Amino acid sequence: MTRLRAERAPFKTRQASPAAAFLRAVSAVVWKDLAAELRSRELVSAMLVFALLVILIFNFALELNVKARSEVSAGVLWVTFAFAGTLGLNRSMASEKDRGCLDGLLLTPVDRSAIYFGKAIGNLIFMLGVEAIVLPLFTILYSINLFHPGLILVTFLGSVGYIAIGTLLASMAVQTRTRDILLPILLFPLAIPVLVAAVKASAGYLASSPMSEIAPWLNLIIAYDIIFIAVAFMVFDYIVEE
Amino acid sequence: MIHVRKLLKRFGLKTVLRGLDFEAAEGEFVALLGPNGAGKTTFLRILASLSRPTLGEIRMAGYALPDQAAAVRRRLGVVSHLPLLYGDLSAEENLRFYARMYSLADPEKRIQEVLDLVGLTQRRRDLVRTFSRGMQQRLAIGRAILHDPEIMLFDEPYTGLDQDACAMLDQVLGQVAARGRTVVMTSHDLTRVAPLASRFDVLSRGVIAASASKEALPQDGLLTFYRQALEAEA
Repeated sequence: MTRLRAERAPFKTRQASPAAAFLRAVSAVVWKDLAAELRSRELVSAMLVFALLVILIFNFALELNVKARSEVSAGVLWVTFAFAGTLGLNRSMASEKDRGCLDGLLLTPVDRSAIYFGKAIGNLIFMLGVEAIVLPLFTILYSINLFHPGLILVTFLGSVGYIAIGTLLASMAVQTRTRDILLPILLFPLAIPVLVAAVKASAGYLASSPMSEIAPWLNLIIAYDIIFIAVAFMVFDYIVEE
Repeated sequence: MIHVRKLLKRFGLKTVLRGLDFEAAEGEFVALLGPNGAGKTTFLRILASLSRPTLGEIRMAGYALPDQAAAVRRRLGVVSHLPLLYGDLSAEENLRFYARMYSLADPEKRIQEVLDLVGLTQRRRDLVRTFSRGMQQRLAIGRAILHDPEIMLFDEPYTGLDQDACAMLDQVLGQVAARGRTVVMTSHDLTRVAPLASRFDVLSRGVIAASASKEALPQDGLLTFYRQALEAEA
């Protein structure tokens, strides 16, 4: 046995602190998702086309005057982000299931929450990329300037919360046969707090409301982000293991 | 190397493994045979720490499951009928990704060695989705041995392969994957596992119904042993 083992090429693993190993695993998963998406462009293009269709349909469905536009814009914007985000979350986890890749990830000797954070950061990058394209188009179609620093901050924080809970639930839904319909059924009720807060805060910035009116909604989004990132960190291991 | 005592696994009301006992010594190649639904894949998924046992004691390479699962996974390589590889990444990129996940110190050298071993050096930059099923399975073996594991688990690795691909996989298995490692392999194809394994266990109705070393097999072979084991259990 000793002789046989010696026949194999010896190699070493890096000796690193647990934090460094964790960060390396997170960055590896993010790199893998970005590299695969750069090749296929399936996920971002599907999200983008869907998002553009939603804002176009709303644009023609609602007979909007200037006043009405400013009142409903925040809602339309977040409905667009939520629908497109769900599509991206489903596709992102389905690609892990297709060739058993999720098992491949779970077989690696890393803290499984590193896999969660890697997937969540990848999903967030895709969602922010789509939002970066949708916002200027929305500005043109609805004649409302969305390039307000506060609104961009709300968009970022709201997306973090949505992706934090969405990635966790997508990991659960992907293991079922009805994953395509199960994710929105699970996600939308749980995402209501962050979506409502994001709509209210966005509407506040668009109406140039005083900060005292916007701050509670902003605080709610930040609290939601922290709570669901912590929950995902604690339960991801149990969700993905049979 | 692998030590399992009174393993029980339930999915809801259905009991799949019923107090299973199993041992595998260092360097042993155990073929795990059994009919569909006997619990072979469930057993291998528990050994791979992909599924949590309901009850029972499991030790792999001296580490307990599920408490020391990360230490076990570092010493474990798994090949199943699915390749566990990303179709939109090249062969080299897939191995580079797994090398980072396993924190290999000199990944490029090891990737080159593994690609040479499984005979895919010429196709290293091709996307995995362009590979034939046989090539994907060879790369899957490369992925599984990348971190030089002590224990290998094979779950129906011949599924979906044609005769040529099976013969090539036999060669890769014998030369690369099994050499000096403790191996547990499930398969329906008795003719494939007969020359590879050093011991044959028959899993039926959630327990090991019979076990025989290669030398102790009856004169008329593995098929008779397998049938007798299932008939005795029925």
